[in-house]
Amino acid sequence: MQLLQNLINALQLGSFYALIALGYSMVYSILMLFNFAHGDIFMVGAYIGFGVATGLIALSKMGALAMPNWLILMLTVIFSMFLTSFVGMFVERVGYRPLRDAPRASAAITGLMIGIILETGNLILLGAEQLSFPSLVQTATYNLGGIYITNQKIMIVALSIGLAFALHQFIRRTKWGMAMRAMAFDYVVVPLMGVPLNKIAAMTFALGSALAAAAGIFYGIAYPVLDPYMGVLFGWKAFVAAILGGRGSVVGATLAGFLLGFIEIFVPMIFPSTIRNFIAYSIVLLILVFRPHGFFGEPYSARLRL
Amino acid sequence: MLLTVENLRVSYGNIKALHGLNFQINEGEIVCIIGANGAGKSTTLKAISRLVPVEDGTKMTYQGNDLLDYPADKVVSKLGISHVPEGRRLFDNLTVIENLKLATFARKDNDQIPNDVQRVFSIFPRLEERQNQKAGTLSGGEQQMLAVGRAYMSGRKVMLLDEPSMGLAPLLMMSMFDALKEINQEGTTILLVEQNARMALQFAQRGYVLENGNLVLEGPSEELLENPEVKKAYLGG
Repeated sequence: MQLLQNLINALQLGSFYALIALGYSMVYSILMLFNFAHGDIFMVGAYIGFGVATGLIALSKMGALAMPNWLILMLTVIFSMFLTSFVGMFVERVGYRPLRDAPRASAAITGLMIGIILETGNLILLGAEQLSFPSLVQTATYNLGGIYITNQKIMIVALSIGLAFALHQFIRRTKWGMAMRAMAFDYVVVPLMGVPLNKIAAMTFALGSALAAAAGIFYGIAYPVLDPYMGVLFGWKAFVAAILGGRGSVVGATLAGFLLGFIEIFVPMIFPSTIRNFIAYSIVLLILVFRPHGFFGEPYSARLRL
Repeated sequence: MLLTVENLRVSYGNIKALHGLNFQINEGEIVCIIGANGAGKSTTLKAISRLVPVEDGTKMTYQGNDLLDYPADKVVSKLGISHVPEGRRLFDNLTVIENLKLATFARKDNDQIPNDVQRVFSIFPRLEERQNQKAGTLSGGEQQMLAVGRAYMSGRKVMLLDEPSMGLAPLLMMSMFDALKEINQEGTTILLVEQNARMALQFAQRGYVLENGNLVLEGPSEELLENPEVKKAYLGG
């Protein structure tokens, strides 16, 4: 019973990791760089979600635009994903594009710095207080033979898997997705196909950031506390999931995100929870020893140079 | 004059690769640049494609347009100058048909694209048989066909070819040059660079000789084939 209960919790936690990991993985695959600011974009997305939700609730309460809660939630997710995608494109334009041909280490520290700027910027703007995310989903708990499932958890897991699936289809079936796969293999010659590299890069950051925003809102719904540093640990763990899943692999990043969720939830069933992360990430390390490129992953050209 | 290049200079860091090249290409021509390894042949094509930055003073004009106003992807999509790069550089993880389709990314004439794919398949029937195979699984000859087919799809006012004969057995090389001639006769101007000077000069109408970043000789192919210096340096005596 406990096992199944934990399974549900693991799926929810895994959803956050998976959604954030997708952004890491896509950017890594097309530009060979790790966007270490991505965890903080998740945080910014959660705050944007908070702002949008609060605004919509106020509008609805004033009677200016009476909306049911489910509609507010839908609109919050859509608007926040849209707005956060611009944050991602801005980060790409200002932080990474000028460094496209610079050593990778420069791009990596740029990401870390952008992350710190986003965290402290938020601190300056909104203060250190934690915000509690407005409750948009009337919690309903279903008792399935002793296992308690909330409607929130079902929604979060289903929407996360749905978004990952949509991304997978986008990458497999559209010409923009095809351009992303080509860039993953050999971005240097992609312009010779008439493909504007910068547009594909911007689009990839936008997609990843939108998914991170969705994760941020889901997090807000599940936990419901936001603070400026919430993206740090989540970001690192999602980064681990991205590597574990394999470069550029949507399926890999999603599975690895869920796997991390499972490991983190199930380890404390056997071991004391104080050593939870110790055990969890030792397992991850062990997997990487045997599969250094992760589960899946797009191949890439041996000569990524002109 | 279709393409005019004046004082083309390119450096990689402190190393000067091209010291100020001047050349022209007329519409419908086949022109080759021959030279040894490291002479700057590939760099010349990359400069036209805007893949490498050129130095101040360089002037490149294509049909009255300043090439330097166009980024690499627009050189292909707006001006129709395609480039078969050195070593083919196919997307091994995409299928044959995906490689061809990707090259049409920026094209607006969607209804023309299927016809062009058919045209590529009629020039290179092997590609049709292998259309759903990953490009990485093709043989060397098939990869070269796909590289040319891909360039054909992306733009075909001018085709820049970097060593199309490389790694091909003599028979395959002949049929590759036959295919290129066919493409040329449909109106595509061709500029190719080759180490295989004899093959290139037999194929092209005019040629330039590139040595250490300088064009040292130019002329009709028949003249260059008879030139004692060219014979000695590039045609094995």
